[in-house]
Amino acid sequence: MTLGTRWSRPLTLAGLAVVPVAVLGVFFVLPVAGMLHEGFWADGSFDPGAVLEVLGRPRVHRVVWFTVWSATVATVVAVLLGLPAAHALHRLRFPGRDLVRAALLVPFVLPTVVVGVAFRQLLGEAGPLGFLRLDGTAIAILAGLVFFNVALVIRGVGTAWESLDPRPAEAAAALGAGPVQVFWTVTLPALRPAIVSAASVVFLFCATAFGVVLTLGGLRYSSVETEIYLLTTNLLDLQAAAALSILQLVAVAALLLVAGRLRAVPGGGADRVVARPRRPARGDTAALVATTVLLVLVAAPIATLVSGSLHVDGGWSLDNYRALTTDGTHQALLVPVTDALVTSLRTAVDATWMSLSMGLLVAFVVTRRSRSRAERRVRSGLDGFFMLPLGVSAVTLGFGFLITLDHPPIDLRDSPFLVPIAQALVALPLVVRTIVPVLAGINDRQRQAAASLGAGPLRAVLTVDLPVVWKPLLAASGFAFAASLGEFGATSFLARDDHPTVPIVIYRLIGHPGPMNFGMALAASVVLAATTTVVMLVVERLRVPSVGAF
Amino acid sequence: MKSTRALAALCALSALGLTASACSAVGQETDSSAADKQVVLVTHDSFVLPKKLEQEFEKQSGYQLVVRASGDAGQLTNKLVLTKDDPIGDVSFGVDNTFASRALDAGVFAPYSFHEPKGVSDYALPGDDQHRLTPVDNGNVCVNVDDTWFADHHLAPPKTLDDLTKPAYRDLFVLPGAATSSTGMAFLLSTIAAYGSGWQDYWSKLMDNGAELTAGWSDAYEVDFTQGGGKGDRPIVLSYDSSPAFTVPKGSSTSTTSALLDTCFEQVEYAGVLSGARNVAGAEAFVKFLETPEVQAALPESMYVFPVVDGVKLPTEWAKFAVQPTKPYAVDPAEIAAHRDEWLRDWSDVTSR
Repeated sequence: MTLGTRWSRPLTLAGLAVVPVAVLGVFFVLPVAGMLHEGFWADGSFDPGAVLEVLGRPRVHRVVWFTVWSATVATVVAVLLGLPAAHALHRLRFPGRDLVRAALLVPFVLPTVVVGVAFRQLLGEAGPLGFLRLDGTAIAILAGLVFFNVALVIRGVGTAWESLDPRPAEAAAALGAGPVQVFWTVTLPALRPAIVSAASVVFLFCATAFGVVLTLGGLRYSSVETEIYLLTTNLLDLQAAAALSILQLVAVAALLLVAGRLRAVPGGGADRVVARPRRPARGDTAALVATTVLLVLVAAPIATLVSGSLHVDGGWSLDNYRALTTDGTHQALLVPVTDALVTSLRTAVDATWMSLSMGLLVAFVVTRRSRSRAERRVRSGLDGFFMLPLGVSAVTLGFGFLITLDHPPIDLRDSPFLVPIAQALVALPLVVRTIVPVLAGINDRQRQAAASLGAGPLRAVLTVDLPVVWKPLLAASGFAFAASLGEFGATSFLARDDHPTVPIVIYRLIGHPGPMNFGMALAASVVLAATTTVVMLVVERLRVPSVGAF
Repeated sequence: MKSTRALAALCALSALGLTASACSAVGQETDSSAADKQVVLVTHDSFVLPKKLEQEFEKQSGYQLVVRASGDAGQLTNKLVLTKDDPIGDVSFGVDNTFASRALDAGVFAPYSFHEPKGVSDYALPGDDQHRLTPVDNGNVCVNVDDTWFADHHLAPPKTLDDLTKPAYRDLFVLPGAATSSTGMAFLLSTIAAYGSGWQDYWSKLMDNGAELTAGWSDAYEVDFTQGGGKGDRPIVLSYDSSPAFTVPKGSSTSTTSALLDTCFEQVEYAGVLSGARNVAGAEAFVKFLETPEVQAALPESMYVFPVVDGVKLPTEWAKFAVQPTKPYAVDPAEIAAHRDEWLRDWSDVTSR
């Protein structure tokens, strides 16, 4: 091997990483650093002591404890419920499967403010589940967190399950292992990277959940995220906010480190056969039952929403839907919901391509086999770096944008690019986490084999990488699209008034008195949910046209 | 490795292809007018004015109005404070009397006085000697009751803050919390004005009597209140003096709810020219525009607040059902700025016990 080829490899990789790193640097590191700067240099002088002192407050201890506790429990529950559903929806074939799969992703895009209302109508004293007395309890918060995030487990683990080589399991079964033993000794270890990946993302989403904790906790519970919101938007106590932000960042970094260790798998299979989904057998009953239970849990709040949107003055009516083309009672809106939907879709398209192209680059860079320890460190460092946006409050980011992106050459405060870019950053970790486990599972020897058989580099990629990555890529684009459609926190800071997205409009409607506005907000949420379902169904239909078939 | 470069090329290609995709949102907007012909208004997300009026302003002043509306009054104020050296607009509307001192202390607003219509000065911010903020509208945060519920249950509705702690009204009151809602904050200020240093005792009694806290106004009103959109089961809610005008059933001549006028806290919203504004003339023109009879008359229907200018005609339903208190509670804005942290911390302690 010549010196030239030895260096061309890291250089190519560095070149690939430059773009995503630069984007994250400008749109994430810079704004967050700006806010931390405001906190540490409170009165013009550097005062780290005052910031650290905040971490000693008893209230902060309570808040941190609740955050860790609720996120951990919610993650465990989401994984336990999500695993059987992932099996049923990705390894089995039955009528309506695709619809169920798409429907389970709906919560992910619903604005928390609306889901909060739906949950409270269900659990509240006057609601159908009021007798459970769950309103305002920690259990309601946990239910909300699981509701929002279980789709991440189903999708993340499901796509990995789909592309799992079935032969080791078949071999184990042939050698006499029972289904349970096969699952524990063969399937579960093979899925571990995907499960850890999904669980770490779910944990981050839960730990930084904002609307759910506020709405469902009845103000009795505060998480780090709600505390930062309060400190920044209400009290302007930037020192304390900076302290908590630093804490969040450190915690996220630590979590990523642990997750990275757990994810590591020794080598992939030599080659793979992708299992075709099969019809349900008797052994799948448990998984199917679990999926049904999950579907009911997810459907209940959504049913409350739909029924609420169809009621006007105590009777059934479509008036709320008809009103979506208007600007609401007493001009509550500047643009009709239908216009907002168009804006939402266009923005989501932009956010999706941005996060997909960045995510692909990142996933590609971090999954190449490292030749040295240092190289491996750099790669896993990069991997973690792109997860950080999940661990920082949207409020911090939003205020940070305002105070840092205001000077040429990056005067972007009014740029129409800001909203899709911010949404792409939110979606990026999802894209990376969906693609990385699969890319990492491809054995480099397959590419080498393809090359030695005379395949050109492009053909090697098309025949080896693409067929395996295609499905997760679709799943990732679905995630990115959904995340963008539902994003509220950062968007509410950045969206311009003449081009609001649907969640912004819903938030506005629900905050305005007026007989029709509440109903319209519910109707708009239903439309948003339906749009998402349709988009998901279409995305799922896209298949790789015969590449990869030898 | 060859495949490395090939995949790199593929990634780059796909990125390029997607960039060119037709349904992109980026690039759909064109900024035709030059920046010096624009007035940028920074406001909160409840700001709405009829489109016709905004066009009228643009025609008369010759400036294009650009509206940046997001967050609540608190977020708005903090945004203005953080960007005061390089303001995000020319003029701001929506800073209220609970946040005004913070903005003035930080030097967010520049002095601007003009010949105000009659009545406006009644609402001037105490302590604003240089006339940096101009009152635009006012409204009161009051406890509301569902009169039909109380009639059905043969119970006299409460009247005062004290009544709310009586056993007869146990588990009937729902209100947004002070820490997360400006409406809730206003009620906390009512109790501070009413009970002085004894406000914490009042709150423990209120909580002991089964008051329920929600995150925001919409949660309390639309989910838990018996007359809200969600048909909840609590007939006493924290809302506004104007709310009864919105609960008049079709074809009825009475409202199903009323505001308790002895529980109110007055909120005044101000407009002002931002220090360092690029278009000072345009900003001043907009402040003046907000005081015109047309805008003042549009305030109730658009933003659910009362005009500050004397002699402006109210919509019929407002004139009939939205009764304003004569002596609402008030707390000195400077006092609020000085104690907000401490009050909210103490409030959180009392209510989460």
